Amino acid sequence: MDNTIVATNPSTTEAAVAEEHAHISLPQHRHHFETEEQQREAGTFGMWLFLLTEIMFFGGMFFAYLLYRNWYYDAFVVGSNQLSIPLGGTNTAVLITSGFFMALAVWAAEVRKRALLMLFLVLTTVFGFVFLGIKYVEYHEKWELHHIPGAHFDVSQFVNPKAYGLKEEPIAPDMAQKVQIYFSLYFAMTGMHALHMIIGVGILFWLMWRAQRGDFTSGYVAPIENFALYWHFVDIVWLFLFPLLYLINRHPM
Amino acid sequence: MSEHQDPSNVTNPEHSEHHIVTPKVYAIVFVTLLFFTWLTVKAAFVNLGILNPVIALAIASTKAVVVILFFMHVKFQSKLIKMTVGAGFFTFLVLITMTLSDYISRAWGLW
Repeated sequence: MDNTIVATNPSTTEAAVAEEHAHISLPQHRHHFETEEQQREAGTFGMWLFLLTEIMFFGGMFFAYLLYRNWYYDAFVVGSNQLSIPLGGTNTAVLITSGFFMALAVWAAEVRKRALLMLFLVLTTVFGFVFLGIKYVEYHEKWELHHIPGAHFDVSQFVNPKAYGLKEEPIAPDMAQKVQIYFSLYFAMTGMHALHMIIGVGILFWLMWRAQRGDFTSGYVAPIENFALYWHFVDIVWLFLFPLLYLINRHPM
Repeated sequence: MSEHQDPSNVTNPEHSEHHIVTPKVYAIVFVTLLFFTWLTVKAAFVNLGILNPVIALAIASTKAVVVILFFMHVKFQSKLIKMTVGAGFFTFLVLITMTLSDYISRAWGLW
């Protein structure tokens, strides 16, 4: 009965009118969708299509990483060892926690608990800022140690690590130059990721403002749901960045 | 509105029962993700030869799948959404393999 396609004008029958009114209860309902659920699914579908473009966007850089890590493995190992596992691991846990709170925010919106929704959105944002703060600390350290590729990069610390107090095997000067490629990818990938986080935090402030007014706890949850998809996607990108950048070869041979 | 069991909402997506994922499920996923993070760090310090990057990627992929299925609700969504996610994986694989085959098949690189 429910899925019978009504070929004639449905509003001519009383039962059909009642049925149609049962479908339309939200002020945000658009007329070209039969039901709320269909509208919601269309929104989710569209959001996923955007995330697919993001997968391809980051995918390009992941491919560059794949290639150069294979071509210049020794340089990538040395570069990777210059990153801090405690900081990177903590950041991974911070992002996972942020994603956990965002998932709970979606739940709070669905069960119409406004105060809880606000709390979870705030917690998501706080952990997002913690992540960015730790990232800043890491970037600052890279600047201090002349690991940033380009004019200020210091090749000699990889040619002669002992002189710089590094516990690394020395590598040939041409391979040491390739460490710049590692750091270029490090900054490009984590930088692009951080930019996505900053945009996400910006959107979170907007969502918090609207959530405070009760916009998302009356049955219309699409912005919270779809932003959560974005936030989890950014989390997934980091879940791959962490082992690929920080954990290339941490075992002594 | 649907009378019969139809978890993937195949026949009647416009009238599907909306499934709400509980905080308990999210908490289990949260702990699982933290565990796998710890595991991947520990595994990095053990010399497993060629298996090190394989295991690292396997753990990262497992975490991603768990996030997609539960945090992003995909396990409880329609076939349309599931296929869309699958299409994303497929296109990404095409990106990697086709570009890789381009490099490998030419002699001007280090391969």
